[in-house]
Amino acid sequence: MPNRLELSGITKQFPGVLANDHVSFAVKPGEIHALLGENGAGKSTLVKMIYGIMQPDAGEIRWNGEPVVVPNPKAARKLGIGMVFQHFSLFEALTVLENIALGMDAKIPSRELEARIREVMTAYGLLLDPHRTVATLSVGERQRIEIVRALLLNPQLLIMDEPTSVLTPQEVEQLFTVLRKLAAEGCSILYISHKLHEIKALCDTATILRGGKLVDTCDPKLETSRSMAEKMIGTGLKDIVKAEGRGFGPPKLLVNRLSTSRTGHFDVPVDDVSFTVRTGEIFGIAGVAGNGQNALLDALSGEIRSEDRDAITIDGKGIGMMGTTERRRHGLCAVPEERNGHAAVGDFTLSDNSVLTARDRLGMVVMGLINSGAAKTYTGKVIADFAVKALGPASTAGSLSGGNLQKYIMGREILQKPSVLVVSQPTWGVDAGAAAAIHQALVDLAAAGSAIVVISQDLDELRTLSDTLAVINMGRLSPARPVRDFSVDEIGLLMGGVHGTVEAA
Amino acid sequence: MTSELIIAIIVTVVGASTPILIAALGELVVEKSGVLNLGVEGMMLVGAITAFVVLFTTGNHYLAILCAAGAGVATSLIFGFLTLSLSANQTATGLALTIFGTGFSALAGQGYSARPVTLMGPLFPADLAAHPIWRVLFGYSALVYFSFAMVIGVWWFLKKTRAGLILRAVGENDLSAHSIGYSVVGVRYAAVAFGGAMAGIAGACFPLLLTPQWAERMTAGRGWIAVALVVFASWRPFRLLAGAYLFGLVMTMELYAKASGGPLSVIPAELWAAMPYLATVVVLVLISLRRDASSNAPACLGRPFLPTN
Repeated sequence: MPNRLELSGITKQFPGVLANDHVSFAVKPGEIHALLGENGAGKSTLVKMIYGIMQPDAGEIRWNGEPVVVPNPKAARKLGIGMVFQHFSLFEALTVLENIALGMDAKIPSRELEARIREVMTAYGLLLDPHRTVATLSVGERQRIEIVRALLLNPQLLIMDEPTSVLTPQEVEQLFTVLRKLAAEGCSILYISHKLHEIKALCDTATILRGGKLVDTCDPKLETSRSMAEKMIGTGLKDIVKAEGRGFGPPKLLVNRLSTSRTGHFDVPVDDVSFTVRTGEIFGIAGVAGNGQNALLDALSGEIRSEDRDAITIDGKGIGMMGTTERRRHGLCAVPEERNGHAAVGDFTLSDNSVLTARDRLGMVVMGLINSGAAKTYTGKVIADFAVKALGPASTAGSLSGGNLQKYIMGREILQKPSVLVVSQPTWGVDAGAAAAIHQALVDLAAAGSAIVVISQDLDELRTLSDTLAVINMGRLSPARPVRDFSVDEIGLLMGGVHGTVEAA
Repeated sequence: MTSELIIAIIVTVVGASTPILIAALGELVVEKSGVLNLGVEGMMLVGAITAFVVLFTTGNHYLAILCAAGAGVATSLIFGFLTLSLSANQTATGLALTIFGTGFSALAGQGYSARPVTLMGPLFPADLAAHPIWRVLFGYSALVYFSFAMVIGVWWFLKKTRAGLILRAVGENDLSAHSIGYSVVGVRYAAVAFGGAMAGIAGACFPLLLTPQWAERMTAGRGWIAVALVVFASWRPFRLLAGAYLFGLVMTMELYAKASGGPLSVIPAELWAAMPYLATVVVLVLISLRRDASSNAPACLGRPFLPTN
C-alpha cells in the first residue's frame, strides 16, 4: 500500500527566515504521526502547505502515491485532508449547525446536514447540541465542533494543530479515544504538539523539526520525554534548581474573600476567593482558560479595585482599594496573560515600556520628567539577563517575537525585585530553553524572599514550579494544598469542576 | 379627526419613511458583512440627482430608479475600492464619500433647480384605490411595495440562505471565514454594492415620491438617520421597519400639528423639527438597552481585513 502522504524536499522561504528546509517524511494509512518541535521550528508552516493555505517554494507532495499540488484548503478537503486548527476558526454569534455548514464545500440542506452531524457525533461520542450558540460553549466543546466538521468530510488524513493546549486532562483522554478510533478505521492523523508525554501515549511515529530542518524521525514509545526534548532544542536540557527542604517565611500576600463583578459578556468573575502566599513560596493556580483567571489577575494587579481594603493585604497592609500604580509602590508587580497591548505597548520602545511599569520602583521619573538614561540602562540589563533577542532598548515591543517579548516582560518585572509577583501564563509560547530560564528566575526570586502567584493552564509547568497549588473553576478557588499531594487526575477533576463531571457522564 | 385625515396622515407617513427604510436596509446588509459605510447620505444624493436628471430627460420613472441604483453602486464602489482593496480607514472614507456625494450632486444639479417633473404614480390601477380604505393598501407607488418586499427579502436572505450565512460569517470573524476559504473581500464588495444600490434607490425616492424637483441636499440628513437606525435596530430588519416608520410618523405629526393650529402648535418649530430624530433615537436606544441587543452586532464591524499570510 502506498504512503497516505509523502513529503519530499519541501522548502519554504519567508523574508529573513527559512521556515522549512528540505523537509521529507511519510505518513502511512492509519498511522498517528507526531510533528514535534519548538515554536518557530516550522511545524505550522509545514502543515499549512499540506492543507493548501501556503504553497511550498520547492519540493513535492505525494498523496496516496500520486504527486499533487494543493492550491487551497478547498482542494485539500477534496483530496480527503481535514484540519483542526489550534485557534478555532469559529463564529461565536452563530450556532453549531451554522458553523459546520459554513465549513462544508458541498451545499447540503440544513436538515440533512443536521442528521449527518448527529450520526457522526453518536459514532464518535462527541456530544453537542447543534442549535446552541458557540459563544455559550466551553473550549473543549468548541474543539468538538471543529472535529465533527472535519469528520463529516470522511477524511483520510486529519491534521491536529496543538489540540490539547486548552483541554483538561479528562477532555484530552476523550480526544485520544476519538483519535485512536479514527486511526483504527484507517484515517491517518498528523498530530502537532510539544507535549511529549501525550505524544508518547498516542503516536506511532514522531518527526522532529528544529529551525525548519528535519532532525530525526523516531518511535516515541522507545524514547524518553527528555531525549525527545533534547532533540527538539538541540542541546541538553537544564533542570530547575530548587533548594531542597527550604522553608517558607511568614505570610506575605493575604487574599481574603475577594470577589469581582461581571464585566464583559463572557468574562467569568472571581467569586469569594481566599488564599495565603508565604515569603519564598510559589503559589500555583491551575484551571482551564476562561474560568476567572483574567478577573483574578486584574483584581490582584489593581486593574479591578476591591471595595474592601483588606480583601488583599501585603505584610498586613490593606491594598484592596489601591490602583495598579500604588500597588506597585507597595511591592506588588503583575504580568497579565495578553502580552501585546496589555503587558506592553506594541508601538512603544522597550525603554518606554520599562518606564510604564518600573518608573516608581526604580526612580525613572523625577519631578514629572522621565530619566531616559535610567530607563535605557535598566532595559539593557533586562535584555542581557534574560537573553531577549532584540536590537536594543530602542526597538519597539511589537517588533519582538512572542517568546522574546514574554522574556522581556518577565525580566522587566522580576528585576524590579517585587515583594509579591503575580504572573499569568509565564511561558506561553516560549520555547523550552527560554521557559526553563524564566522558571529558574522565578524560583530564584522566591528564594530571595518574594511571594509569587503563578496562574497557568500548563499543568506540567505548575507541577515543576509551584510549592502550593489551587485550582480555579468558574471563578471559585479550590482549597490550596502542597503540590506533591495532588495527582494529575485530581487536578483534572477540579479543573473540570461540577460542570465537567456532568459532561463526562 | 376624520377618517380621511387619518388616511392622509398614513399616506404621508409611508412616503416619508420609505427612503429611510430602503437606505437602512442596504446599510444593514453592508454592516452585517463587517463594513461600516458612513457614506449613505452621499450615495443617496448621487442617486437623487441621477434619478432627477433621467426622469427630466426621459420621463420614465422606472428607468430613473434603475439609473439611480446604478449610480449608487458606482459611488459605493469608490468606497469599496478604497476600504476593501486598499484597506483605507472605513470611517474616514465613508465621511469623505458623503462630502463627495454632496458636492457632486450639487455640481451635477446646476441648472436643474426649479424645473418640475411628475411624481411617480401608484402601482395599482386607480379603481382599486378608489375607496379611502383601499387607498391605504393599494394607493402607493412601486417604491413603497419594493421597500416592504426588501424587509422580508433581507430578513430571509440573512436568516435562511447559505449566501446570507456566509455574509454573516464574514462580518462575524473575517479571518476564520478566510481560513475556511471564503473570499472576504469579494463578499464585502457585493454587500457594499448592494448597499450602494439601495442608497441610490432611496435617493431616487426624493424627486420621485416627495418633491417633484431638484434641490441641493434634498435628502436632508435622512442618510444619517438610516445609519443610526441600523445600530439602534440591533441589525434586525423588522425593527428597522418599526424605527423608520416611527421617524416618519413623528415627522408627519409635525406637519399636521402646524397646519391644524391646535394646542400642539404652541410647541416651537425648532423643537418640532428635532422631534423625529429625538423620538426615533430615544425609542430605539431603549430597545437596544436590552441585554441581547449588542450580541447581534457584527464582531468585525469597521475593522479592515488584513490576512496574516
